[in-house]
Amino acid sequence: MPLLELDNVHSYYGHIQALRGISLTVDEGEVVTLIGSNGAGKTTTLRSIHGVLPPREGRILFSGEEIQGLPAHGMISKGISQSPEGRKIFHRMTVRENLEMGAYHRNDRAGVHEDIDRVFELFPRLQERFKQEAGTMSGGEQQMLAIGRALMSRPKLLLLDEPSMGLAPVLVERIFQTIEEINKQGTTILLVEQNANVALEIATRGYVLETGTIVNEAPASELREDPKVREAYLGEI
Amino acid sequence: MERLRKFALPAILIVVAFLFPPINAFLESTVDVNLMYPAIIVAVYVMLALGLNIVVGFAGLLDLGFVAFYALGAYVVGWLASSHFRQVSISFGSTATSLTGGELPGIHLSFWLILIIAGAFTGLCGMIIGAPTLRLRGDYLAIVTLGFGEIIPRFFQNAGDLWGFNLTNGTIGIKAIDSPGFPFLPESMIAWQRFGTLDLNPWYYTILVLVLITVYVNIRLRDSKLGRAWISVREDETAAAAMGINPVTTKLWAYAMGAVFGGLAGAYYGAFIKNIFPTSFSFNISILILCMVILGGMGSIYGVILGAVALQGLNFYLLPQLNEWVHAMGDAVGSPALSGLDLPKYNFFLFGIILVLMMLLRPEGIIPNRQRAEELHDEDATTGDAMSGRARA
Repeated sequence: MPLLELDNVHSYYGHIQALRGISLTVDEGEVVTLIGSNGAGKTTTLRSIHGVLPPREGRILFSGEEIQGLPAHGMISKGISQSPEGRKIFHRMTVRENLEMGAYHRNDRAGVHEDIDRVFELFPRLQERFKQEAGTMSGGEQQMLAIGRALMSRPKLLLLDEPSMGLAPVLVERIFQTIEEINKQGTTILLVEQNANVALEIATRGYVLETGTIVNEAPASELREDPKVREAYLGEI
Repeated sequence: MERLRKFALPAILIVVAFLFPPINAFLESTVDVNLMYPAIIVAVYVMLALGLNIVVGFAGLLDLGFVAFYALGAYVVGWLASSHFRQVSISFGSTATSLTGGELPGIHLSFWLILIIAGAFTGLCGMIIGAPTLRLRGDYLAIVTLGFGEIIPRFFQNAGDLWGFNLTNGTIGIKAIDSPGFPFLPESMIAWQRFGTLDLNPWYYTILVLVLITVYVNIRLRDSKLGRAWISVREDETAAAAMGINPVTTKLWAYAMGAVFGGLAGAYYGAFIKNIFPTSFSFNISILILCMVILGGMGSIYGVILGAVALQGLNFYLLPQLNEWVHAMGDAVGSPALSGLDLPKYNFFLFGIILVLMMLLRPEGIIPNRQRAEELHDEDATTGDAMSGRARA
């Protein structure tokens, strides 16, 4: 049984259909990436999974249990955590307070402390700044914080939306190394990324989205070699 | 310094507050200034402002109808501690006694019991009113709360005849509300046995304890998990939901907690002034309390207390005093314009000027809350940074 399964999901923004029958699976331990151009429906897919935009049609199964229609705040106790597009960290809270917010629904103080240390190990930069207000940090540090915060709930599945957005190439490299590390430590990851190059480097499998439908699905190594993908998303002519 | 701020300052303030009645008695005997009555009214407003601070300051919900809970609390004490419901005769721990020796008509419960009932009842009303409205955000919520603030006093005005049942006695209001007191105390402590109008000390200490409880609960709530949830919802509702926080119930709690303190203040006020009318709970009061919170500093407990003391002190003591001085001066120089001036009439004009000046010079309030001050000062931190990040992409 896959950890996450989308079965013919249709989602709308008002009257505008954004997803036209998305079906995909994410198996435990995988890094699955959704690639596609602007407006293809990548973020909408994440929003549909996470309950922010409940699908109008279709089913979403998490560990075999239907979760479509559950509110966004119910997802974290199911084991789904997300680092949303645009990071959405709490700007006025310190780094530490942000991480504690990520563990809001947990009551095991000791475990939370352990996990804060774990996040600091993954992102040493955050440890240097743990008393600093999050809004005053650089974009890269905020991205690290957003991912770290999402990890604080000990999720089974981590949804990452555009972690490379607005970051210098060096930082993108470092963040993706850490994402790989997080996956190796046992968290399944569904990654939405415009920067197909780096995404396919760390992913097990990838789905290619175009205008709300999936046009291709293959192991990441195959997608990297696919001439169509290379032309459209990897910037090669 | 940090320790000083944390413990010494509140300790001094509390001691001064407890020593106020003897200080006041001394002032009265020497310079003939009696501040007891204004002090009590100010304290009622401190309580109201701290209640509204939970809603506006902590959770960031603009509530323009807070007076509704103040009115509800006052009417609860009116219903449960007067002869309003003549059909029945229920007494429990009350200070009220029948003059004729016969059965005392109406419901007469112990004031302390009524306080608890009023708090619970207004909290419940806060939830009932809040439930359908809190799905709204920002301005829309403000408009709906404004509506409720108007509806409830209007309801009290018109509920003198609810299908033949007299619930509120209409515009005449509920009169002769029982005094609080401890009827079991010995005769030697008569002032505490039944709070009278001559000795205001028991009244003062009661509201002081109520204010201290309110402050304590405010501090505990601010530092609690719920307090953290309020801040996160105020900052970013979507992100808060992603943390597993239900924004609707979180906001509902803020609304209910604020309502509880509004109701407690109302119940005390009702017992203190003894007669309540629907017109005592006008829209102006909602705005006045909101001004106190904004003036002092939204979300800052010290600030809100100071804001309430400043505005209500101005309203209840300073303006009437000034008025008398101006009249005396007018009489002295023979100027009818000065001696006929009615300064207290201009109170809202003055508040307006103060608010405009505050917004221009110090929008975060007199004693600001750290996070709030930043929200008002550097807007770049929220939008600017994200935007510049996008621009680089």
